[in-house]
Formats: sequence, C-alpha cells, structure tokens
Amino acid sequence: MNYFDKDLASLHADLVAKKLSAKELTQATFDNIKATDPKIDAFLNLNEDAALDQAAKIDAEGINADQPLAGIPMGLKDNIVTKGLTTTAASKILANFKPVYDATVAEKLADAQMINVGKTNLDEFAMGGSTENSAFKTTKNAWDQTKVPGGSSGGSAAAVASGQVPVTLGSDTGGSIRQPAAFNGIVGMKPTYGRVSRWGLIAFGSSLDQIGPMTRGVKDNATVLSAIAGHDDHDLTSSTQAVPNFAADLNDATSVKGMRIGLPKEFLAEGVNEDVKAAILAAADTYRKLGATVDEVSLPHNKYGVAAYYIIASSEASSNLQRFDGIRYGYRADDVKNLEDVYVKSRSEGFGEEVKRRIMLGTFSLSAGFYDAYFIKAAKVRTVIINDFKAVLKDHDFIMGPVAPTTAFGIGDEIKDPITMYMNDVLTIPVNLAGLPGLSLPAGFSNNLPVGMQLIGRPFDESTLYKAGYAFEQNTDFHLQVPTLGGQN
Amino acid sequence: MANRINREQVQHVAGLAKLEFTDAELDAFTPQLDDIIGMFETLSEVDTDGVDVTSNVSDQINVMREDVADNWGQSEDLLHNAPDAARGFIKVPAIIDESEDNA
Repeated sequence: MNYFDKDLASLHADLVAKKLSAKELTQATFDNIKATDPKIDAFLNLNEDAALDQAAKIDAEGINADQPLAGIPMGLKDNIVTKGLTTTAASKILANFKPVYDATVAEKLADAQMINVGKTNLDEFAMGGSTENSAFKTTKNAWDQTKVPGGSSGGSAAAVASGQVPVTLGSDTGGSIRQPAAFNGIVGMKPTYGRVSRWGLIAFGSSLDQIGPMTRGVKDNATVLSAIAGHDDHDLTSSTQAVPNFAADLNDATSVKGMRIGLPKEFLAEGVNEDVKAAILAAADTYRKLGATVDEVSLPHNKYGVAAYYIIASSEASSNLQRFDGIRYGYRADDVKNLEDVYVKSRSEGFGEEVKRRIMLGTFSLSAGFYDAYFIKAAKVRTVIINDFKAVLKDHDFIMGPVAPTTAFGIGDEIKDPITMYMNDVLTIPVNLAGLPGLSLPAGFSNNLPVGMQLIGRPFDESTLYKAGYAFEQNTDFHLQVPTLGGQN
Repeated sequence: MANRINREQVQHVAGLAKLEFTDAELDAFTPQLDDIIGMFETLSEVDTDGVDVTSNVSDQINVMREDVADNWGQSEDLLHNAPDAARGFIKVPAIIDESEDNA
C-alpha cells in the first residue's frame, strides 16, 4: 500500500466503495511503520492492537460516506494525552505515565472515526528544533537520515514524509509544526491561537501553544483542521468562532487572483540561505502569474521576536513544569531523605538539559529584581511585534516568506550551541507571539532537501492560507516529490 | 563573560526552580545562560514607552462557569500513576529529614 499516491479523498472513496477496508489500511500502516521506522525513528509507542480492533469495528459498521476521515490512520505527537496509552512528552520524567483522559483533539479525531496508530517523537516537552532533545531517541529526516527532521514535532513530520501514515498532529509554540514540516517537505498548519482546544496538550507556553495537522497535501490538512477545531469548555481560551469546512473551498487553483501578498524584506535578510531565498522569490513569481500582487513590506521588529519569545515561553514553561515534582505521577528519585529531596532530585534527574535550561531562563526572568527588566519588557515587545503584523495585514490578504533560514541541518551540528539553535526559529516565533495562523508548505529543494514556504494570515483566516496554499500546490510539483526510502517504493 | 549572571546567582535561581546542578554543570551552564541573557538584553533597543503588555492573545475574555464539583471516578487509575501509593493514598517521605545525622 503506497500512501504517496493517495490523498485522503481518494482513500475515503476507496473505503466507501469497499475497494479497501479500514483494517487493511491500518495493517498496511503498521507494515509501513515497521519497515521504515528502524531508519526514521518517528514513533515512540504504537497502539497496534487497539487500532486494529477499532478498524475492524468501523468496517463492521460500514464506512459513512459523509465522514471523510472514517477509517483513516493517524499519529499523535506524544505530548497529546491519550487515555490508557503511555504519553511521555519524550521525557524521562513521564516515561511511565498513563493518562486517565483523552485530549480534546484525540477525542474529536476518534469521533471522526480516525484510527490512532501511535505516538510520535518530539523534543522533550516540545522544547527544541531538531528532536535531538528527546530522552528516548533522535528522529531522522525522511530525505536524508544524517539530517535532523526539525522539531519539536519531528516525529510527526518524518512519519508523514516517509509514508508511514497520512496524517499526524503536532503542536507549535514557536515553530514546532511549521519548521519540521518544511524540513521534511510536507504541509503543516499552526492555527490561530484559540482555534483548537489545548485541553490534554501537555503545557509548555500556554499563551503560545497550538495543536495543528501535518499532512502531505493542503486539502488533507484543511480537512483535518475542520475536524479538530472549535470551542471547548475545557479550554476557555478556545474561541467560539464558527469553524468553516476549510476543504470545501479548495476547488479553484486560481483563487489568489486579485489578492495582495506582503513579502517582508526582513524575511529575506542576512542569515537566510541563498537557495531558500531563491525558492521564495520564485514562489512570489508563481503568485504573480496567478494574478496576485506581491509587495515588499516590513516587519521592523521581527528580529526581536526570538529574545522576547525565549523570555515569555521559558517563563510560562517554568511555571507549567512546576507540576512535575515526583509526587502524584512521573519519575521519583530514589535515595531521598525528605520531601524537599523528592522535589529537587526527581526534577534534576527527570528533566533533560534543554528543559532545565528553559526552566532556569524562565525562573530568572520572573525572579525578584529581574521581572520588570526581562518579563515585562518582553511582554511589551510582544505588543510591538503584534502591531507590526496588524499594519501589514491591514491591506494585505496574507504574508509570505520562508519557514526557516536554512534547510535541515546535520544531526549533532547545533545541539551544543543553544543560541544558534534558538535563532533557527526567527521566522516562525513572531507568528506565535501574535497568535496568527501560519501554514508551511513545500516550495523547492536545495541539495535534495526540501525548502518550506510560510504563509501567515489574519486571526481566524486559515481559509485564505489554505486557498493560497492550494493554488500554489496545484501550480507546482514540489509536493509530488517523495523521499526514496525502503518500504514504500 | 559572566557579567550578567554569575555562578552564585545561577545557584540561587536553581534553588527557586527546585533544581540542583553539579559543579561541572554549573561551569557549563553559567556562561551559556549569560550569553542567552545577553541576547535578551537586545530588547532594550526597542522603544516600549507607553506600550501595554500582551500576556494573552485569546479572543475570549473572562469566561465564567458554575463552580460545580465533578467526580470522574478515576481515583484508582490516578493512583496507578503515583510513584508510591497505599490504601487509596499517595505515599511520600517525611517532610522533616529522618536521617541519623539529624536524629
């Protein structure tokens, strides 16, 4: 079974026509994972027995023609809790954690009759851009196994790119869906803050975190977002805005005609690789040919995003991660003399280096004497960055640019240098600070590694991004190129 | 180097965060945190006079609900996740040091 040839609509048609059963499709997914995962290391934990049972049950009931996701396999990033199925956030501190409830997104996909095949690898607690911070294993890029898959949703990205599974969910706090999607040549959506419930997402930076779909194509992505979005009483930051049927609007490959697109000069500035720049300029030409105007615009405070983000996200993380104290769940250190020892030793032994670094940065930024100079200053710079976006999006339908300054870098190349690693997120972080939707999609290649393009929209206007992404996809062939990897070819 | 944060301050922050570091870790962490805090200080270039803070970008404001207790009936499942439990309770070591040194 070769997923690279099929989008969700054609898989659905085959399931409805009984050319394919959900059980066959699910079994083929596990066969693919078993054939390719020794090379890719995308999955932390498979849900094989339950998934095959669920598929058999769906087959027995019959596939509902109105349910486009019924019987389709998917994987979840392992910071999304799943009832009874080990959920680790790729941390030693949660190595044996079995959640007692399902995240809202897991519940919604189960209601849509999708089949959860397992949990994908990530940087510990979603902190990182390479998946090298996982306590368990390093996922490899689907295109070149000496390169990182990006992060933190590296397992989710590599699983889709290597044809293991057609859909995964990731989470994005500073670029963690978009950058790995770009590094693996797939489509990833970071929705507007509040579009998708965060209930059951193990919290990192609560004012920044969003869950979103990762797929091979734009239309598939839109279909999954409609299924997971919407208000949730369990997450009162989730929006009551109506959820469109995003995929229904995607029929016209020329729908960008007449649109105004902003291309910020800062997105092509110093530090952005020449091949990446060339791919984005070529994409701008594609949009012009389709009848859109592309203007050079400016986001003058973009470069301050990284500093503001590492203060805000680390501060929120230091607070969120206080709950890991060795008492109610998770790792507890042996050899403790008193309660204080339980806290300090469990945390010091249970958290990895990057997580401790973020807790330290956050605790410092919030501590007496430094709070105004760091946390409050960052929260004000956040407002300035939001205003930059507002000014551009006032008279532009969306913003385009690269996802990351480079293509995937080598495993081991940057992990010892936190600031270099942090700067990789310079083009994705501001979008989280502003709470805007950001879509990553394939836009070219450099030395056989995918280049990703990012489209940034107005709040709750994922629809325009999908339309523009779909138009680009229909007029280019980057998304049709797939890595050559044992198992599916 | 180490003019923004020194080793003692790193140890102080670690105490606040309930973390401990070996000497070797402190040697590595102190200059690294110092460099990152140096990167933070570039924010002073941005004029934020009269600018409000943003702490939240949700479009929902003060959503209220009744404060109703809900029993999920899952205390046993929850206790399975506790590192140590007995008779329906989570077990923890004594709050006060029980080692012989302090006897």
